[in-house]
Amino acid sequence: MSEILLQIDGKEIRAKEGTTLLEAARSAGISIPTLCYHEKLEPFGGCRICLVELEMRGWTRLVVSCVYLVEQNLVVRTRSEKIDRIRKMILELLLAHAPDAFDLQDLAKEYGANRDRFEKEASFCIHCGLCVRYCAEVKKKNAVGFVDRGIRKEISFIPEIASRECWTCKECFPLCPTEALQAAYVLVEALAFPKSSSESASGNKEGDRPRI
Amino acid sequence: MNSRIMARINSPEELEKVRQEILSRRDPNTPCISICAGAGCIASGAGEVITAFKAEIEKQGLQADVDTKETGCPGFCERGPVVVIYPEEICYLQVKPEDVSEIVSQTIKEKKVIDRLVYVDPTTGEKAPRESDIPFYKNQERNIIGSNIKINPKSIEDYLAIGGYSALAKVLSGMTSEHVLEEVKKANLRGRGGGGFPAGSKWEGSRNAPGEIKYVIVNADEGDPGAFMDRALLEGNPHSILEGLTIGAYAIGSHEGYIYVRQEYPLAVENVNIAIKKAEEYGFLGKNILGSGFDFTVKVHQGAGAFVCGESTALMTALEGRAGEPRPKYIRSNIVGLWGRPSVLNNVETWANVPLIINKGADWFTQFGTERSKGTKIFSLVGKINNTGLVEVPMGITLRDIIFKIGGGIPGGKRFKAVQTGGPSGGCIPEELLDLQVGFDELTKAGSMMGSGGMIVMDEDTCMVDISRYFLDFLTDESCGKCVPCREGMRQMLKILNNITQGKGREGDIELLEELSETAIEASLCALGKSSPNPLLSTLRYFRDEYEAHIKGKKCPALSCKELIAYHIDPNKCQACMICLKKCPAEAIEGGKNRIHVIDEEKCTKCGTCFEVCPSRFGAVKKISGEPVPPPIPEEARTIVRESKQK
Repeated sequence: MSEILLQIDGKEIRAKEGTTLLEAARSAGISIPTLCYHEKLEPFGGCRICLVELEMRGWTRLVVSCVYLVEQNLVVRTRSEKIDRIRKMILELLLAHAPDAFDLQDLAKEYGANRDRFEKEASFCIHCGLCVRYCAEVKKKNAVGFVDRGIRKEISFIPEIASRECWTCKECFPLCPTEALQAAYVLVEALAFPKSSSESASGNKEGDRPRI
Repeated sequence: MNSRIMARINSPEELEKVRQEILSRRDPNTPCISICAGAGCIASGAGEVITAFKAEIEKQGLQADVDTKETGCPGFCERGPVVVIYPEEICYLQVKPEDVSEIVSQTIKEKKVIDRLVYVDPTTGEKAPRESDIPFYKNQERNIIGSNIKINPKSIEDYLAIGGYSALAKVLSGMTSEHVLEEVKKANLRGRGGGGFPAGSKWEGSRNAPGEIKYVIVNADEGDPGAFMDRALLEGNPHSILEGLTIGAYAIGSHEGYIYVRQEYPLAVENVNIAIKKAEEYGFLGKNILGSGFDFTVKVHQGAGAFVCGESTALMTALEGRAGEPRPKYIRSNIVGLWGRPSVLNNVETWANVPLIINKGADWFTQFGTERSKGTKIFSLVGKINNTGLVEVPMGITLRDIIFKIGGGIPGGKRFKAVQTGGPSGGCIPEELLDLQVGFDELTKAGSMMGSGGMIVMDEDTCMVDISRYFLDFLTDESCGKCVPCREGMRQMLKILNNITQGKGREGDIELLEELSETAIEASLCALGKSSPNPLLSTLRYFRDEYEAHIKGKKCPALSCKELIAYHIDPNKCQACMICLKKCPAEAIEGGKNRIHVIDEEKCTKCGTCFEVCPSRFGAVKKISGEPVPPPIPEEARTIVRESKQK
């Protein structure tokens, strides 16, 4: 596999062909914020906060670094006035859902995002899809999925699968940046799981978060 | 329709023989009654008219002397059901079953034109008995849609009779795939579905991409509000789409094609399925097409109604059997598309142009249009326009000509305000730009876009803030919800616009909308999100004062936003005629005989009934916005004393 030479924030970087800009930047110690990225999962490109600026023949273009692949002699900027402005807006939009999520609060500090810019929304979920994709791609169980679309879209456990698979797994819990997932899980557990199951008696109580 | 099983046609020569044989069975002088059986005319009662014609012809014993044909949409939907009688091409509009016996005995038997059914020019009063005399048709260039009225879309023989599949025969018998590609490139055919991307370059990319298996796909997921040109083509002339698609497949080396069509278009689905079956039977699809050794099959896939599936990567994801969400990848789908393979996706109308370009040549095609937009374009002309329908015009025609010459202007003597082009991703173009030439780049420069050809005309009563709110509401509902700038950005934009139209707009709202727009345009995953602010930004560009009036003056200048208007009866004009009082569904009008009517603002639901029913000679009911409603006239002053009335 050939090696590609590119420039990120003025730094010469070598990366393998097929590497994403995000991976190349992080390997060189340049940090780019992400919310829906996970190294075990296929790039999702949903949160858009990892966007960076490419410079090509005098004009610039914004792309998301978790998807865009390295190219020879590419000039990439991970911060600019415009990037920061858009990241701030993305954060403010998400803080309307999850004002207390630690990941969002940290980023809000860095980008000067106002957590109260927009009226609060009822759902905590920021649709990063980490739970859904982890369950599908790593565990291959599809116990949790997205339902509906647009602003009505939400995550939901499929009771038939969840009641069979989730007791012993729960690996998606710590992935959730807002803990909305756990709420959804608990709800389904309360509504649909067999109450007399022997496993349920063995310490899987609410709030008892297993560590992976 | 001839239902005998046809032997496969094995060469272009055999095709010509079959064509001649079909034509020899048809006497061009035999009267033929063509009745539009497109979805629009069916909705206005064409089904009953067709039944009536069949019964009447049988009753008068004319089965052997008259043909009837259920055709596709000729475009003049405003005046449907449309009936055209050949060979004279007499065009009857708004035909009802009651008119049928007269048409058969007068026009078919006696060759007399029935005046009351022909088009009358509303300004000159002149009659236009022939289709080609009607201004609506006369000013069009109907290269593609013109065939609709001549054929029964369920009959492959009808298509063959007008020269169908001759372009395919030409390609397969003497053109290399490079040659086909060159012709399409030379014609500079640009995608009719939205982006206007050059079809030739797209095809070339797929052709040169590595891989044995490649796909060609028809995008028939037409979802723009008020747009129905693709439906009319697929319903009215499905073979032309199949022929174009097969030619495209040959050019890029594909052997499998898909038609992604909305489930909401049942007639299009039915007709295209019949067309595929017939084309297979005749040997225009399947193995060894016309004896050339080229194989190609087509499958129909019905979409489940998501607007975002018109986006190329979302459409392909849906074709693969997954939820229709766009892909985040930065690689064109003509290189890595359906199932990861090179896939050419073009819109219905783009494919329909291909047989014409092959048959008549790129030079013929490029004689229509502007420097960078060639050929014709079909628009669905809807909204506040006299002649609602489908119009096909050469690129470069001005908006004014489309709206006034073809569309017949604005009904009710109202003033033109703006035209919305390009669907929800397009924008509104104001009166001062009416002389703008219609073309891909011209419309984009004006802050709108060609899109797939929606054209919604708006008059002075349309509130531009409400229009942008409407389109954003549509897109918010249709967003797939995957990326933040689109899902969350539109959620907030819609809230702000709802507030503004409800009189709850705040200082700074416009700036916030502009900031949210920037994030949507720059950071959204797909074209739906990236273009979602267009209606908003174009109305801000041309009608910013309306936004400001809503926010600062709590006034809707078009007197349209319910929360910002009030109805008031002018006591000096009210004649106490009792009409509004009786019609008011909220019983909000007080008054009586000889007592001036007064609206109880508390009870009023602002439905506008009183405004509509108040006789124009009185004109007593007024709409008010941005100013206080005058206090009700005191009880004691309400009695009308009629001096001259003798009763």
